[in-house]
This record gives sequence, structure tokens and C-alpha cells, in this order.
Amino acid sequence: MLVLEKNAMTEEIELLVKEHGNSRSALLPILQDIQRKHKHVPDFAQQEIARLLDIHPVEVYSVISFYAFLNTNPKGRNIVRLCQTITCDIAGKASVAKAIERELGIKFGETTKDNKITLEYVNCLGMCDQGPALLVNERVFPKVSTEKAVQILNAIK
Amino acid sequence: MEKKNREGSVIFSPYIKGESIIKAVSLKREDILFELRESKLKGRGGAGFPTATKWTLVAAASAEEKYVVCNADEGEPGTFKDRVLLLEYPELVFDGMVIAGYVIGAKLGIVYLRGEYEYMLKSLEDYLETMRKENLLGKNICGKVDFNFDIKIRLGSGAYVCGEETALIESLEGNRGEARNRPPYPVNTGFMGKPTTVNNVETFASVAHIVIKGGSWYCKHGTDKSTGSKLFSVSGDCDKPGVYELPWGTKISELLKLVEAKDTKAVQVGGASGICIPKSQFERIFGYEDAATGGSIMIFNESRNMLHVLKNFMEFFVEESCGQCTPCRIGNVKLLEGVEMLERHEYTFGYINKLKELGKTMQLSSKCGLGQSSPNAFLSILENFKEEIFNNGGNNGK
Repeated sequence: MLVLEKNAMTEEIELLVKEHGNSRSALLPILQDIQRKHKHVPDFAQQEIARLLDIHPVEVYSVISFYAFLNTNPKGRNIVRLCQTITCDIAGKASVAKAIERELGIKFGETTKDNKITLEYVNCLGMCDQGPALLVNERVFPKVSTEKAVQILNAIK
Repeated sequence: MEKKNREGSVIFSPYIKGESIIKAVSLKREDILFELRESKLKGRGGAGFPTATKWTLVAAASAEEKYVVCNADEGEPGTFKDRVLLLEYPELVFDGMVIAGYVIGAKLGIVYLRGEYEYMLKSLEDYLETMRKENLLGKNICGKVDFNFDIKIRLGSGAYVCGEETALIESLEGNRGEARNRPPYPVNTGFMGKPTTVNNVETFASVAHIVIKGGSWYCKHGTDKSTGSKLFSVSGDCDKPGVYELPWGTKISELLKLVEAKDTKAVQVGGASGICIPKSQFERIFGYEDAATGGSIMIFNESRNMLHVLKNFMEFFVEESCGQCTPCRIGNVKLLEGVEMLERHEYTFGYINKLKELGKTMQLSSKCGLGQSSPNAFLSILENFKEEIFNNGGNNGK
């Protein structure tokens, strides 16, 4: 990370601490905001959050590692998650998954070369009556057919 | 299904925004608790703890600060009733929370909304803002002097176990969502060590109606042991999936008819952590005394492979176990390995029986509800579908 980037990150975290407070209970909202913007929580950000909340950086790392929607490794600018739970499964998850993999040329768990899309599985999205369901960043798409999935992906590109 | 088409005897019955708050603040706290006790309302998340008892304990605890927490971390596979309640009936949920705040003497309510439902955040925040403008939140609510209460929304980050109330509180406090030892219970030592009531979205929605119509009216619905009605999230092999409000005591076969399910082989009641009920038992009823459920109903028809279903559930638990206690962390992996052995036909009955015993040990020795209930599917599917699983001549592919 360049010094300039570090300074910008520190500033950003200071603003977040101002907004959410500097108590331990503010940790998750701060991490979520960083994650939303940067698609991961970089090492430097973890250290700065720890410093400003007055906890050990390991505490911050331990929280990030617990939650499925927080990560320390960079991901693509958009995260596409396909529900893998049984009702979406029997509604045709497998064929949608194959279509997405074909279209993007990557497997689940990977990121496209241009860094646009990270593809993941997710557990129940609460759209079981309208499966298969796809979560693109925070937006949910119900009843995704193979054709619709590709349309959704193209809209991202 | 759209809101205008929803029908129900309790939760989906007509309700005007704020009416229960206006009535509640004109009543004494004890009177509201009395009505709740009369109603015999039990927690709608699935565990079924009497709501009146929980609130009485928190109300009786002496502390400077108390908290109301709404558990909207709806992660159980096959459950989506909270999504419908929050999107279409936010007035019921938030009014119920305000009443809880009034009864227990809290100033702050927190909605723990699962990360997957982040798309609702904006509309819910906007809704809370209109409540503040209408004096349904804020200071001296509805003219009741010294009744100050506000609600904020906190997001989860994709951890199923955070639906367990002590794990949820850990998460709110900025920690890993690992369940706590109990006792002490959250009613004494909850959020920030203060008395806290954690209730399901649907419980709050039921409270709003009970305050308006009374406990004895509520009791008229349902059965003796399970009063009132329940929202069922129905999915899987049926023509009309969706959220249905039905009185407790409804037979499984009646529900299947309602949602137009055909050739049904099995019904998974209570999500991945629930039990799998075969055709021969479709005359059983939904209720705390028989087939208990937080509302998840997944229907499987004759074409489905139950071992595939079970594998999906076990993969889910392996992923979602928080890992702090051994029975759940290791046990779920072992059960999943067992399912894979069954798939490959590389099992011995001796070993499968050992795994069943392991499942029972997990039910007894796991620290929280996740590990205590994760073997349910394994045990019930192996028991109820042994013909299919053990005698299918090696056709256990998909």
C-alpha cells in the first residue's frame, strides 16, 4: 500500500469511528462499511481499526475470519453469490451454476481476470419460494434461469 | 403472492399502524404482561419459550439500561417469513418492539438483520424515520411522559449461528458469533451485560395483535398447548410456494393440499435442523406438542433422492458450525463423511449405527442449538427412508 493510500484509509476509518463510535460493539459496522467499499479488509485497515478501537489487531482479524461476508483477501468489484441450499438446488441450481461458470470462464471461489466478478456459493438467501436465487452484491434476483443469469452477469460487465 | 392476497386469522388480520402502541401506553405494564400470559404466546423462532415469562424476567431485573433485540437473522434453510413480515408488515414488527420496550423499561431496540437482507435496509430505515415523525418512536411516545424508545438496525455478516440468541448478542458486541454458556441467560446478562429480551420477528408481530385484541382472543386460535397461529414458509415441490398463516394444529396433509403439492414423498419440518417426515406420518399436526417448527416447510416429491437432500443439509452444517465446541465441529464432519460413504456404497451397518449414536451424543453435548439440532435430519432421514437409502441396488447417484 502506498503512503497516500494508507493516509486515505486512515482518514476513512477515522470517519467511520466518528460515525459508529469507538466501542467494541462498533467493530462489525465499521468492518462492514470497509468491506462494502473495498470488497475486503486490508491488513493496514485492520491495524488502524484496532488502534482506533483500542483492541489488538488479532481481535479484528479473528472477527473477520468468523463471518462469511468479511474477508482479508481482495475480491472482485462485484461479488456474485448463488444460493446452494436444497430448495434452490432442486429448483435448478446446478444448471445455473454451470451456465455462470461457462460464461465467466471461472469456477466458484474464483475471481475473473479483469477483477470484475468474484463467484461464490452462499447458504439460504431466504428466497426458497422463488429459487434459484442469486445475490449480486446486496441485490437479490429470484427465479434465475440460465438465460436470466447470463443477462444479469452481462449487466454487471 | 402479494400482500393483498394474504389471509390469516391473527398476523395477517387487519391492523392499523401504531394502534397497538397507542393502546399499550394507556395500559399498565402488568396488564400487558397479563394479556401476554393469557395468550400463552411462545417464541416463534422455533424454541418456543413463553414470551410473557421472558419479558417478566427482564422487566423484573433491576438495571439502568435494558435492551430489546429483534432477531431478524433468519438463516434456517427454507425460512423466509421474516422477509415477508419486514417487507410487507413492518408496522407489526416495530410496534411489537416498542411495546416490548414499554413493558420491560428499555430505551433502545436493536434489529439484527441478516447480512443477506441488506437490500431491505434502506426501506426499513425510512420506515423508522416516519415512525419518529409520527411520535411512534423517540421521546414521550404517543404522549406517554418519560417513555423514550428508539430502534436501530444492525446488519449481520453471513453467519447462520448468529440466529442463536447468545451468539447474536456476541455479534452485536463486536465479537465472533460464538454462543455463550448459559446460565446466565440474556434476560439477566444480555447485550453489554444488561438485561435483554431477544425475540423473533414473528413474536413481535403477534404481540402487536395480542395487545389490541387480548390474550383470550388469541387463545381461541390453535391448540391447547400451541395457541395462536403460525407463519409457514413453504417451498420445494408444490405449485403454490410462499408464506401461509395457519393455526397451530393444522395437519401436514392439510397444508400439502393447500399448497397443491403432488406426489409428496417427504416433508422437512423446521428446516435443516428439523425433522424429515415421511408420507406415512402426514396426519401429524404442526404444534409444539408434535411437529414443532420455526416455520420452514420443505416439500420433496417422489423424484427426489433423500440422501442427496441429507448431504445438502450436512454440508450446510459443516460450513456453519462455529467450531468452538467439539461435538458440533467434528460431529458434523463425521456425519457428512457417513453420508458420502452411503452414496458410494462403502459403508457397514456397524459404522452407520455408530454414527447414529454420535448424532445422539451431539444432541446432548453440543453447546448451542446448532449442534444440538444438526443431527436431527441425519437421524430422521436414515430412520424414515432406510428402504430407499439401503436397498436401492446402488443407484444412489443424483
